[in-house]
Amino acid sequence: MISIEQLHKKFGKNPVLKGIDLNISQKGIVAILGPNGSGKTTLIKSILGMVIPDKGTLLVANVPINKNWKYRDQIDYLPQIANFPANLTVKELIRMIKDVRNRPGEDKRLIKLFKLEPFLSKKLNTLSGGTKQKVNIVLTLMFDSPIIILDEPTTGLDPIALIHLKELIKEEKAKGKIILMTSHIMSFVEEMADEIVFLLEGKVYFKGNIEALKKQTEAPNFEYAIANLLIQEDV
Amino acid sequence: MFKILKYSFFDLIRSRWSYVYLLFYLLLGCVLLFLNNDLSKAVITLMNVIIILIPLIGTIFGVMYYYNSKEFTELLLAQPIKRSSIFIGQYLGVALSLSMSLIIGLGIPFILYGLFQSNEIWDFVLLLVTGTFLTLIFTAIAFNIALYNENKIKGFSYSILFWLFMAVIYDGLFLMSLIAFQSYPLDSFSIGATLFNPIDLSRILIILKLDISALLGYTGAVFQKFFGTSFGLLVSIAALSLWVIVPLLNMYRKCRKKDF
Repeated sequence: MISIEQLHKKFGKNPVLKGIDLNISQKGIVAILGPNGSGKTTLIKSILGMVIPDKGTLLVANVPINKNWKYRDQIDYLPQIANFPANLTVKELIRMIKDVRNRPGEDKRLIKLFKLEPFLSKKLNTLSGGTKQKVNIVLTLMFDSPIIILDEPTTGLDPIALIHLKELIKEEKAKGKIILMTSHIMSFVEEMADEIVFLLEGKVYFKGNIEALKKQTEAPNFEYAIANLLIQEDV
Repeated sequence: MFKILKYSFFDLIRSRWSYVYLLFYLLLGCVLLFLNNDLSKAVITLMNVIIILIPLIGTIFGVMYYYNSKEFTELLLAQPIKRSSIFIGQYLGVALSLSMSLIIGLGIPFILYGLFQSNEIWDFVLLLVTGTFLTLIFTAIAFNIALYNENKIKGFSYSILFWLFMAVIYDGLFLMSLIAFQSYPLDSFSIGATLFNPIDLSRILIILKLDISALLGYTGAVFQKFFGTSFGLLVSIAALSLWVIVPLLNMYRKCRKKDF
């Protein structure tokens, strides 16, 4: 579904992506990991067409994405920072996004799940950070698209909402979707991810499942395995 | 584009600042019209205030809106819509809500004053038309500056500097060059220099409409000869429209190449 070949991107003189090759075709949850500044966000933004690569090809559903915007209809994206127009209400915002995508969404179920009913006619600038993140999740997951991209989905959520989020992600996975996510919470990644893509200095350093990663690094658990990847690089 | 326009417009007209801006014009219009028995003096004062204030407010609101809605813009960029529709929609949302504050804020006192029965109605219409043009122009330029500058502080400073240049410094340079080159014929130079600055152009248009160009002396006569004709008016409207269209086209071009 997503195939990336020799993707390069420089910001000014600073090269961020230095030839990424990545092919994600089977269904399931792929976690994109890497230290700060390794290019995770730039990679995600390139897939979404927000960052325009300098070199390389990027196909989503076998269509090259440059100068094309219709392909984004197949992607649901959860941005990292939730910040919405201050004077719209939650209800209006949901209607706006549906309007923009020109599709009906199953927002009712998600609103009920996250108990957002009391906030529906409140203005967005009166909501707390966690509530905004819940609204953010509703906006993302109310559409039924084959690809879902989640950037730090757990930020600011309380334990109950986190459980709901995990269930939702598993549900979407069961529908046979491709889910890309980034997270700094290793236990969350270990529980959810089927496959790990580890970026280091703008390149794909490791790609495979958690078992393979543990074997390769000979580490007792996942967190140490990730740490080992970084240490190996330093030696 | 219209979807984005619709929602940013709704968002903005509910903001407290829109009401403050509207109330300010309402108050200004009422005070000047009802506590002043000379109508043309009232119009001149009104003109002097709005010709400086509108560009300033347009600039500040444009830059502020762009930077404040940055994260939401990123969310919109990930949706299946064209980039240019997002930015042009947001721009129109800001510019139209500001223009609406101006038109309603000054329109109500005008109507209460009974302008529909008077001959001055066209002076006021021209005041509102140039005001709307200035809003469109300076908001567009503010959006342009914001698109080129990731850094908020820089973007803010550049746009304020641009406003200061157009509202104050430009006139100083203009006057100085008139004095420096006074031994040469300066008719076409001064007309050209006026056309190049939307604030000056608006001011001249309104002054000429009020038939007080005699106050401007010989220059007034030159201006009257050019801008007073229907050809001159057409050229002025075209110049103002160019000031809207060129920044808009540049916005369209820039936003397609930018990384977010």
